[in-house]
Amino acid sequence: MAKHHISMTLNGEPTEFLCSTRQTLLDVLRDELNLTGSKEGCASGDCGACSVMVDDRLVCSCLVLGAECDGKTVESIEGMADGENLHPLQQKFLEEAALQCGICTPGVLVAAKALLEKNNNPTETEVRYWLAGNLCRCTGYDKIVRAVMSTAADMRGDAK
Amino acid sequence: MESIQFRKPETVDEAVKLLQGADGDARILAGGTDLLVQLRAHMIDPGVIVDIKSIAETRELTKNDDGSYTIGAAVAGAEAHERDDITADWPGVIEAWDLIGSTQIQGRASLGGNLCNASPAGDSVPAMVAAGMTANIAGPDGRRTLPVEKITAGPGKTNLKKGEFIVSFNLPAKPSNGGDAYLRLIPRTEMDIAVVGCGAALTLDESGTVTSAKISLGAVAATVLVVEDAAKAIIGTKLEPEAMSALDAACQAACNPIDDKRGTVEYRTKVAGVLGRRVVSIAANRAGKN
Repeated sequence: MAKHHISMTLNGEPTEFLCSTRQTLLDVLRDELNLTGSKEGCASGDCGACSVMVDDRLVCSCLVLGAECDGKTVESIEGMADGENLHPLQQKFLEEAALQCGICTPGVLVAAKALLEKNNNPTETEVRYWLAGNLCRCTGYDKIVRAVMSTAADMRGDAK
Repeated sequence: MESIQFRKPETVDEAVKLLQGADGDARILAGGTDLLVQLRAHMIDPGVIVDIKSIAETRELTKNDDGSYTIGAAVAGAEAHERDDITADWPGVIEAWDLIGSTQIQGRASLGGNLCNASPAGDSVPAMVAAGMTANIAGPDGRRTLPVEKITAGPGKTNLKKGEFIVSFNLPAKPSNGGDAYLRLIPRTEMDIAVVGCGAALTLDESGTVTSAKISLGAVAATVLVVEDAAKAIIGTKLEPEAMSALDAACQAACNPIDDKRGTVEYRTKVAGVLGRRVVSIAANRAGKN
């Protein structure tokens, strides 16, 4: 069967690609569009390393078909920094060393950004539940959670 | 295995024709959180995937004039959870739906998918059954409506005929002295498959006597169960200890579970009684606060 011709908005830019029915949005991002920031950890929606936003909703891109994305607005980790200027979450993750091997980091950042846009004053419990679908096999959760809480405080302008 | 067709119909009729005319297996795509995993694992090899999300009816979440809700089969859990009206009226349905997977899964996972995936442990199903939800089905012979408990036939199997699919669900108006609840037991705190799940919806009169009840158990038989004897055990009572013991015994008696890594037959049966008590207590508390 002929490939699907899909047009979507990716990180603010109109983007077109061809894909087969079996290709997931993650396959498309990595293999067709050469955006390898989103990672394939489990390919079954358990690990969150492929997290992206589709129409302002946090999803696993391994559980979305490329063919579904016609007309959609997709935001991946590559769209998070503004040129050379890191997003506050990215900056904080560096400052607080909230990563070890880095495989989970793009997905964690995309998910954490989605949380802070919805709730700029989350409790630690809320952060942990929100990020429960982002697995870190280096067991770096405490630093990740602290970095998210600390970014939220900065973004609110709380005094240190 | 290659060349799966992908179709995105915009009307119910078009979807029915695609499903009816499909060569080989036709699969509905709503949130895809089960379908894509099965596709990847080569558990299924469909000839066509029909994405129903462009059909407006599958995406609606409406509170009707009579207080009931129409919930599109493809509405995602996160969309429902953000709605104050349905969360206040039917907290049990929403908490069951909200238990399915992570934030990312919640962004996609639908009631239609959870039901038609037909896992005996699907979390939303006992809550939907207890709440008296019905499924609006479209097919080659037109529309029909079935109670949610009549949809599944066994693990991975539904009673839907070729060409049929669930378009939406009806959730009744909340009774004035009504409450519902859902609980499941899992070995972890989050994101696991239920060892036992239990949903309950009941109404009380002004004295606190139970006037109606529906209790449903998941993961203890090949399909989700309606436990009529458990409802009978508490109707007409004020949930005194004897009534709760009878409810516990009725829940246990209804179980016909499997032994697996998540729990033994004995454990699942015992837990069904415990969850029955707890769920009914929560539902009664909620009903009493109206």
